[in-house]
Amino acid sequence: METFEFEYPAKRHPLRRAHVGVVGSGDLEVLLAPSPTGSAHVRVRTSVAGYRETWKALLDRFFHRYDGAVSIEINDAGATPGTVALRLDQAVEASEQ
Amino acid sequence: MNAPFVWRRSFLELNARDRARSLFGPGAGRELLGPFDRLESPWLHLQGVTPQADDGCVVMKGRIEGVPAAVIALEGAFQGGGIGEVSGAKMCGALDLVCRDNKRGIRTNAVLVLESGGVRLQEANLGLAAIAEIMASILDLRRYAPVVCVTAGTVGCFGGMAVAAGLASYIVMTREARLGMNGPEVIEQEAGLDEFDASDRGLIWAIHGGEQRYRTGLIDALVEDEVEEVSRAVRCLLHKGVPNVHRSSQVELFRQRIADLDPSTHLAPEDLRRTWPREAIA
Repeated sequence: METFEFEYPAKRHPLRRAHVGVVGSGDLEVLLAPSPTGSAHVRVRTSVAGYRETWKALLDRFFHRYDGAVSIEINDAGATPGTVALRLDQAVEASEQ
Repeated sequence: MNAPFVWRRSFLELNARDRARSLFGPGAGRELLGPFDRLESPWLHLQGVTPQADDGCVVMKGRIEGVPAAVIALEGAFQGGGIGEVSGAKMCGALDLVCRDNKRGIRTNAVLVLESGGVRLQEANLGLAAIAEIMASILDLRRYAPVVCVTAGTVGCFGGMAVAAGLASYIVMTREARLGMNGPEVIEQEAGLDEFDASDRGLIWAIHGGEQRYRTGLIDALVEDEVEEVSRAVRCLLHKGVPNVHRSSQVELFRQRIADLDPSTHLAPEDLRRTWPREAIA
């Protein structure tokens, strides 16, 4: 298992915290909560080692269009980048409802 | 009347949290020790396995038909629903609190939604200890209030959790679910291919499947995979209250059932339905 941490600049706080997904094979869970600081913080724990650059590219892209000051925890069980992107969008949607 | 297939809300396709939620009315259940409490397993990451923030056990409290109730649901997609130290303690602690309320005169029911391969191998002894505690808690609680167990599939309910299900007051299954002490792979591995072919899905469901369990009187309700059907069956069984005699207390009846079998002959699943008819239990 590998753990990565990432920081991104942010502008606004989400309405509420959100939890989506399951740590099942090929899936992941996302815990999204308002960040205690003005920036966004992401912690990724993944069962598949060696993909730090892929995670960074995916999160760079996500935070290119999302400016929430959030603390995101990802527990991953080998999800593909497509699944990760969908779960992140789902978490944002749930936090804005 | 069942809803047409395409309109129906599958219970089986829901995750543990949504299953628990669906058994209460909309917004009527609140989660205790949810993912943001981060009560996760301290053992999994040491073995290179990503933990889940709720350790795969969802506990909800609310009212079902106006009566206080706790629903405890295991997430089959996380580690095959395996019981670890934390998920086991959550289940056991919830059952004990329900029991305490009942002893204080606050009638509270319990529903277990089990989707589990049994003990989580990464936490072997701690998981076994947790299951022993869960069984003791069910035995204590079922004197005061009915404990209803639902197993819907697709993991099924095996190992220690199958024993826990066996101790419950009532069991609800779908045809897709399986219930058994040892899973097919374990039987094949331990007793050989002649004993059980774990690749023969028809055989597996003919033995472990919900319909066979119902026809041989080992469970109380066989329902379609539909949220409202499962929910209705749970409400109906909770309404019946504590049974006069629990199934697992009928030791002589089950001893006789084993004695009635001739293991020297080949037994087919249909033979079991004849030898062990549902009607003989009532």
